[in-house]
Amino acid sequence: MQVTMTVNGAEVSREVEPRLLLVHFLRDELGLTGTHWGCDTSNCGACVVWMDDEPVKSCTVLAAMASGHEVRTVEGLAHEDGTLDAIQQGFMQCHGLQCGFCTPGMMMTTRALLDRNPHPNQAEIREAISGQICRCTGYATIVRSVQWAADHPDGAVPAAADEPAAPAESVTEPAAADATQPIPAGSAS
Amino acid sequence: MQVPGPFEYDRATSVEQAIGLLERRGETARLIAGGHSLLPMMKLRLADVEYLIDINDLHDELGYVLVEPDLVRLGALTRHRELLESDELAAVLPIFRDAERVIADPVVRNRGTIGGSLCQADPSEDLSAVCSCLDAECVIRNGSGQRVVPMAKFHRGPYETAVGDGEMLVEVRIPLHPDSSSAFEKVERRAGDWAVVSAAAAVTLAGGLIADARVGFAAVGPHTVVLPAVSELLRDEPPGEQLYERAGALAAGHCEPSTDMRGTADYKRHLVQELTRRTLRRAVQRIVDGRS
Ligand SMILES: Cc1cc2nc3c(=O)[nH]c(=O)nc-3n(C[C@H](O)[C@H](O)[C@H](O)COP(=O)(O)OP(=O)(O)OC[C@H]3O[C@@H](n4cnc5c(N)ncnc54)[C@H](O)[C@@H]3O)c2cc1C
Ligand code: FES
Ligand code: FES
Repeated sequence: MQVTMTVNGAEVSREVEPRLLLVHFLRDELGLTGTHWGCDTSNCGACVVWMDDEPVKSCTVLAAMASGHEVRTVEGLAHEDGTLDAIQQGFMQCHGLQCGFCTPGMMMTTRALLDRNPHPNQAEIREAISGQICRCTGYATIVRSVQWAADHPDGAVPAAADEPAAPAESVTEPAAADATQPIPAGSAS
Repeated sequence: MQVPGPFEYDRATSVEQAIGLLERRGETARLIAGGHSLLPMMKLRLADVEYLIDINDLHDELGYVLVEPDLVRLGALTRHRELLESDELAAVLPIFRDAERVIADPVVRNRGTIGGSLCQADPSEDLSAVCSCLDAECVIRNGSGQRVVPMAKFHRGPYETAVGDGEMLVEVRIPLHPDSSSAFEKVERRAGDWAVVSAAAAVTLAGGLIADARVGFAAVGPHTVVLPAVSELLRDEPPGEQLYERAGALAAGHCEPSTDMRGTADYKRHLVQELTRRTLRRAVQRIVDGRS
């Protein structure tokens, strides 16, 4: 069957089997491998993308069901001029990732959180990501990353910067000080 | 990699058209709402579907929370998140917000629907316990009209409902009574998990006594059950800790939990006792608070 949807602002159309899951459509048909595929059972959240502005687990949505809808993936987070979104910058600034497997899903969910609630408290951030699993960070740095993005809605890192900007004073805990190695700009996505 | 077996896919454009498609394709056809129970079953090949009818385009028609003076109407396609966020619903039936806070996780709640939850008829489905204790009615539409089935008759057994071939659940109706309230409690192993045990209670007071009360459970037997014996024990008694204690003990004796990875049968019985007390206490407190 023919499916047609808008992915990160561009219309795409493909002939697919009805049983194709959205996560595989994005990764295998469109080559958008930023969306990860983990548990396959709607438990881990690695596959979270937006469908019409709401985060969904794309391993539990058929590509056919997304036809006619607007999908946004982690590849569509950065701004048109290449500047990383505040949430991506927050994950860089506050060491919100280690292996990065959960990161695309975490960023899509928390970007949606900040769009609805620009100043979430810790509990609200933890609730928002409660359907997603991170095996590396222990979540504390993810929560800090989201708080950083909330405190810097326009971000802080210029598009062409090679190094992340110095951590801002409003980061409540000395997150960046834990970092033994600075993360180069761009490697977070 | 888990992938469903091959099937044909169609989209419903109206309730009538969906029913027409269901009638034509018989028992090999299945509706898909949020898909968060059906797709996992299809991936595991526990559900064999030849023809899938996507009803998500009917959300404008079937996604609603309507609070009337004596009745709440919930459209079958109302999503968990919409139930959680409705202040109007929380004001008359606070049990929905209690439950929706702890059903699955926020991303799953963006998709899953009340209709899908009830039609799935999983013995662990939290909304089944909620709707059972509220004495809800299910409006089932078919080619020749509609029929209304009370919750007590809606679930025929695990994964089996009163919805027949060529039929569709369109609305859940919940009666509202004065001097009434409700509460829900769940024990889960971790955030977002299915219940070890959950309990739902609805209470009506009259003249300082319990005029009517129902307690329902998820995950303690073949289907989510309201225990009539508990309702009988509570009727015409003054609310209070001793009564809740007796009701809890009775409920623990009447349910049929089994030992599984979520806990032993004994532990689940203990939870039934404790959660019965807590939900009754909270529902009564809410009535009292609402009067002051
Ligand atoms: C990770 C995860 C955790 C979860 N945790 C919980 C939990 O803690 N508590 C809980 O209660 N639930 C939980 N759920 C289940 C969740 O609530 C599902 O959303 C719900 O069971 C099914 O709703 P759905 O709209 O996705 O239904 P679907 O999967 O689309 O459909 C389920 C069944 O209902 C039928 N159906 C759907 N709509 C209709 C209709 N209108 N008329 C007739 N038949 C219909 C379908 O044909 C199918 O057989 C969880 C699910 C997941 C994936
Ligand atoms: S792969 Fe979708 S939730 Fe884990
Ligand atoms: S960074 Fe490795 S799983 Fe989260």
